[in-house]
Amino acid sequence: MSESPILEIRGLSCSLGERVVLREISLDAAPGETIVLLGRSGSGKTTLLKTVNGLIAPTAGEILFEGRPEREWDAIQLRRRMGYVIQDAGLFPHWTVGANVGLVPRLEGWAPERIAARVDELLAAVGLPPGEFRGRYPRELSGGQKQRVGIARALAADPPLLLFDEPFAALDPITRQELQQLFLELRRTVGKTALFVTHDIREAMLLASRIALLHDGALELLATPREFLNAGTGEARAFLAGLTETWRQDG
Amino acid sequence: MDNALASEVLSLSLEHLEMVIITIAIAAALALPAGVLLARRKGARRWAVGFANIAQTIPSLALFGFLVPLPLIGGIGKRTAIIALCLYALLPILRNTLLGILGVDPAVRESAVAMGMTERQILWEVELPLAAPAIVAGLRLATVATIGTATIAAAIGGGGLGVFIFRGISMVDTPTVLAGALPAAVMAIAADEGLEWIERKLSPA
Ligand SMILES: Nc1ncnc2c1ncn2[C@@H]1O[C@H](COP(=O)(O)OP(=O)(O)OP(=O)(O)O)[C@@H](O)[C@H]1O
Ligand SMILES: [Mg+2]
Repeated sequence: MSESPILEIRGLSCSLGERVVLREISLDAAPGETIVLLGRSGSGKTTLLKTVNGLIAPTAGEILFEGRPEREWDAIQLRRRMGYVIQDAGLFPHWTVGANVGLVPRLEGWAPERIAARVDELLAAVGLPPGEFRGRYPRELSGGQKQRVGIARALAADPPLLLFDEPFAALDPITRQELQQLFLELRRTVGKTALFVTHDIREAMLLASRIALLHDGALELLATPREFLNAGTGEARAFLAGLTETWRQDG
Repeated sequence: MDNALASEVLSLSLEHLEMVIITIAIAAALALPAGVLLARRKGARRWAVGFANIAQTIPSLALFGFLVPLPLIGGIGKRTAIIALCLYALLPILRNTLLGILGVDPAVRESAVAMGMTERQILWEVELPLAAPAIVAGLRLATVATIGTATIAAAIGGGGLGVFIFRGISMVDTPTVLAGALPAAVMAIAADEGLEWIERKLSPA
């Protein structure tokens, strides 16, 4: 790792109410890396993304973004440099697809023509013909189309870091596969750094530079997909068992 | 004779309408910002809504009566009438503004924060547009109620269509009562329909 990391998480702990949700997590993301946060439901994946985004304050430890501690950042500026795909899309229901996608560029004061061009470019990139979709409202979209819009919105202002929270979880297998390929394609072309949340071991294997395995709020393992296959920890085995199970059924 | 009646109906209707418009404008100018502020403050919310609730439970004729002897805001006339009407109009506007803003899906709000919108942008671009149908519904309730209640303003010299109604009652003359009641009813129905139409236009689905 020659380049300095985009994101450094150091000894991060987080409590919500009485509950300890994150326990002393340390993790780096180098430029261009996709760190997949893998863990079962309730393991703290969403909480970790929200903490990185500044939606939740850590109770201990710190997060450095682009080499600077997050508490020294202006929260608004920080968030506009992270493209967040929220679990279940989180589109604004009263805005068209075009307005949703163009939000951060508009907040950043881009000229209207430039925003319009960017919106069309991104809609095309996520497989939504702009002429057909830019004027639609979120309620006029299927679940998969909403997710695509959520991804386009996250990419709009070309942020250095992407936060993807189970962007493909609610989709049928074929659409999911399409969007996974899209993600790989985007990574190849734009080379973004990403934290990508999933509870699907296959998706993790496919997309990760490294897999961060969360268990009960703690980082149990940080490994490349290849290393992960040979990992011996309890939670890793539980996930791998699921993987071999599907293989057995397939074959 | 008929002509004289028609022109009196017209002028009292206009006076009535003016009283209603001023009332709703003042009540909205107070209740809308108050609703926005109170949406952020749980503690103060209970007091404010409690006050507005109590104001609305006072029988209207009694409220007009209470206000007349008060210094500064009291006295006979249109001003006192409008103050009393405002007290009634506050609650529906305040309550609907509050409910509208608090009813915005927390996930949408959080999404706005996560995208890097400022509090001010979230209020103007997300919360208020999404709360707009509820707010207009509050204005509609307040307007329709005020059109009816404003007929009592005549009892304290406030004028409006109530003049016919009180005159008709004292003369035991139904047509005169109707000369006040019918235009008021038409006005209320028109306001109800018109504002409901706006409300529908503003609703997303
Ligand atoms: N606001 C909150 N207050 C208290 N506890 C919370 C809050 N939000 C989440 N939690 C708890 O924190 C833990 C982690 O939640 P989190 O949403 O991060 O899980 P997750 O890994 O994203 O799960 P999923 O895969 O189901 O989305 C859970 O046990 C959850 O119940
Ligand atoms: Mg989650």
